Amino acid sequence: MARQPDGPPPPPTVQKLRLRYAKRGPLRFASHRDLARALERALRRAQVPMAFSAGFSPHPKISYVGAAPTGAASEAEYLEIGLARRCDPEQVRAALDASLPAGVDVLECVEAAEGGGSLADRIDAARWRVELPGVEPAELAAAVAALLARDEVLVAKRTKNGLRDVDARGPVASASTGGEAGCAILHVVVRQVTPAVRPDDVVAALAAVADLRPPSPPRAVREAQGRLDGSGTVADPLGPDREARARCQGEHAAV
Amino acid sequence: MSGQSLYPRLEPLLAQVQKPIQYVGGELNAQVKAWDDVAVHWALMYPDAYEVGLPNQGLMILYEVLNERPDALAERTYAVWPDLAALMREHGVGQFTVDAHRAVRDFDLLGVSFATELGYTNLLEALDLAGVPLHAVDRDETHPVVVAGGHAAFNPEPVADFVDCAVLGDGEQVVGDVTDVVAAWKEQGRPGGRVELLARLARVDGVYVPRFYAVSYGPDGAIAAVTRTRDDVPARVGKRTVMDLDEWPYPKTPLVPLAESVHERMSVEIFRGCTRGCRFCQAGMITRPVRERTITGIGSMVDQGLRATGYEEVGLLSLSSADHSEIGQVAKELADRYEGTNTGLSLPSTRVDAFNVTLANELSRNGRRSGLTFAPEGGSERIRRVINKTVSKEDLVRTVTTAYANGWQQVKLYFMCGLPTETDEDVLEIAELAVEVIRAGREASGRRDIRCTVSIGGFVPKPHTPFQWAGQASAETIDHRLRVLRQAINADRRIGRSIGLRYHDGQPGVVEGLLSRGDRRVGRVIERVWREGGRFDGWSEHFSYERWTAAAAAELTPLGVDLDWFTTRERGQDEVLPWDHLDSGLDKEWLWDDWQDALSEEEVADCRWTPCYDCGVCPTNGTEIQIGPTGRSLLPLTVVGR
Repeated sequence: MARQPDGPPPPPTVQKLRLRYAKRGPLRFASHRDLARALERALRRAQVPMAFSAGFSPHPKISYVGAAPTGAASEAEYLEIGLARRCDPEQVRAALDASLPAGVDVLECVEAAEGGGSLADRIDAARWRVELPGVEPAELAAAVAALLARDEVLVAKRTKNGLRDVDARGPVASASTGGEAGCAILHVVVRQVTPAVRPDDVVAALAAVADLRPPSPPRAVREAQGRLDGSGTVADPLGPDREARARCQGEHAAV
Repeated sequence: MSGQSLYPRLEPLLAQVQKPIQYVGGELNAQVKAWDDVAVHWALMYPDAYEVGLPNQGLMILYEVLNERPDALAERTYAVWPDLAALMREHGVGQFTVDAHRAVRDFDLLGVSFATELGYTNLLEALDLAGVPLHAVDRDETHPVVVAGGHAAFNPEPVADFVDCAVLGDGEQVVGDVTDVVAAWKEQGRPGGRVELLARLARVDGVYVPRFYAVSYGPDGAIAAVTRTRDDVPARVGKRTVMDLDEWPYPKTPLVPLAESVHERMSVEIFRGCTRGCRFCQAGMITRPVRERTITGIGSMVDQGLRATGYEEVGLLSLSSADHSEIGQVAKELADRYEGTNTGLSLPSTRVDAFNVTLANELSRNGRRSGLTFAPEGGSERIRRVINKTVSKEDLVRTVTTAYANGWQQVKLYFMCGLPTETDEDVLEIAELAVEVIRAGREASGRRDIRCTVSIGGFVPKPHTPFQWAGQASAETIDHRLRVLRQAINADRRIGRSIGLRYHDGQPGVVEGLLSRGDRRVGRVIERVWREGGRFDGWSEHFSYERWTAAAAAELTPLGVDLDWFTTRERGQDEVLPWDHLDSGLDKEWLWDDWQDALSEEEVADCRWTPCYDCGVCPTNGTEIQIGPTGRSLLPLTVVGR
């Protein structure tokens, strides 16, 4: 007979919290797996009362949404955790932030509203800011105009199944440029597609259409993730939870 | 300016290499101190990849001990992979520390911990990348003092040309003594330059400065004599021993990397030293006597470490953890304390002993029983008497069967191949044993899905052990015995499919043998191998046996010796061994007698429970066995994650 764990099953999830966190500075070189390990350990250090899966090898209930690639910084990474005991979201945010290495910073924590749908369903696009050291703004502006003038630009992308041509233009919802002499900046909103089109792919597309070849590796920061609305804005995925909370508090106040 | 960060120049390179996270530091519990606030700067290196080096306990201990001093700072550096090394050379970025990305070249000392000799080429690569001359004699007073430590430092002769000093034994106290010497010399305006500094260091107990010892060779190729070249350095250099481990509860705040490492857990050293007397085991010989951490000392380190790290597993570390005098109570009380917290407790590989199954049951009572590891080391009872690791075949089978009956599905058995006096038959008994274990285990557990993994590697004779005189088995011998073992295991498929065989082929062991028992002449071989691209010799995908044998032939033949001379040749009683002037405390005559006892298959008992057998360590070093029981117990705590 297979052994079963002694004792009662683990306590159920009584509260779901959604967090926005950043990876900054040198820690932009952390991979998603690296961050996941660091977050799990930080949750233990912060003594957050996590809910666990059952079995001999129980895992804390954490779900991650769309992680930024290794090498890209981000101000808008999201995850959801399940708790076995109700907690104040702001206290969890502060405790978790204090337990994480500097550079992985927890920015927001809100309680998931009942029946409000999954976090993943609220994200279908990302807004990026890409610094291009050694590239002049005018040069970048011309390349971006050339890119936007096309319907499709194929770039070779390394995927699990080897090199594959993907369209890096189609998912680009909007793009603009800025920066200063010696370091142009690309602002770009990219829709979520499979396989994912990332800032590196957009830069590769600029090389393909305008022969723009940055002398040193671009530095990308994900500034926002969320649903792309009709006006081209990326909406805050935690907005509905925050609104539900405010409504709920309003009702309590009314009573 | 000294101590400036190289990060702005390193960052663009990191975007182009594999696993860049290993080079950025910022680990939980890492420390960065201001350069100008301290007198003495240490760079501490583990000469292998970050994922292997980061969890190293020795380096973590010294990092904390040094950073606690107000007058010193310590930062860490690891071997960089060839992809980054090439970019660093192209862009003129030197070997850097991961903490503040300072140039290793700027530090006062570069301490290198050699757990294995296969890190030697990585030392040369790091020195070259750092812009530090490879040869100690070419360095001036602006270069870091290169200090070797770790178990391999008990014979540093193969790297004697490349290091300035080697430190023997426990590092906790001696790093402080070395720091004091360097601080005073700098404060006084560096009198006498580098040579004076090294002479002062050579007078620190436990510090060996190779350049002050001359080696001469006889016509037969063996060493004629090792003589000191100054009167003010010791004729023989002794080792350092830390007494009272409870006073040294390090690491207090273990480093937790973002990158994945080979040990995803926290370790607490529950005792140091071992007197079981396994004759192949260098660690057990050079770390005597046994010094236990008390049960309360262990309890507070586990508690503090878990709070500081958030790890979900604690390994109770030592050379033979089940031998702690209060291990039963330690296991029970820790399991009680962490019940319901998803905290795993584990012992590293243990002796074959039914008690250890009970222990493992206790430690795993809150979690999964996946695998249990035993280390019988020798395949036959006869060879186990030779190596002094006596356990009868019946006891072995009974113990493993008990493990299966207690719900353990997977048992791993560690063996060595190529032991002195070994024949094919000794190795073939491993197959018989594994078959019997599976048969009895299926019966006892009533399950068909139990597994036994036989893990086997070639034996490499090490300095300061009774086998230091032994002829090493050739790579061909090892490979032949592994081949017949594999055939024997697969002879009966119905049983054989439940037995896994993991082995390392014989060639890397021969190189390790050359580096382990080599003398200063072997330094030329290491340098040639490095010049021809040798790096990461502990990694099969980087190791090239042909490069080593070709370099050995080119460098050693003109000197009248060769690879076999250093490896497969048995040494005589009167031969001057390259490490004879380095004193582990073990009496050479006792070692020789123990070698003779091995050949006549005679055992020696553990001095913790039987009278002293005069190995020599305690009287030489003024130390004594420190073991419990203390009679104390762990107090309940408010624990993490509850």
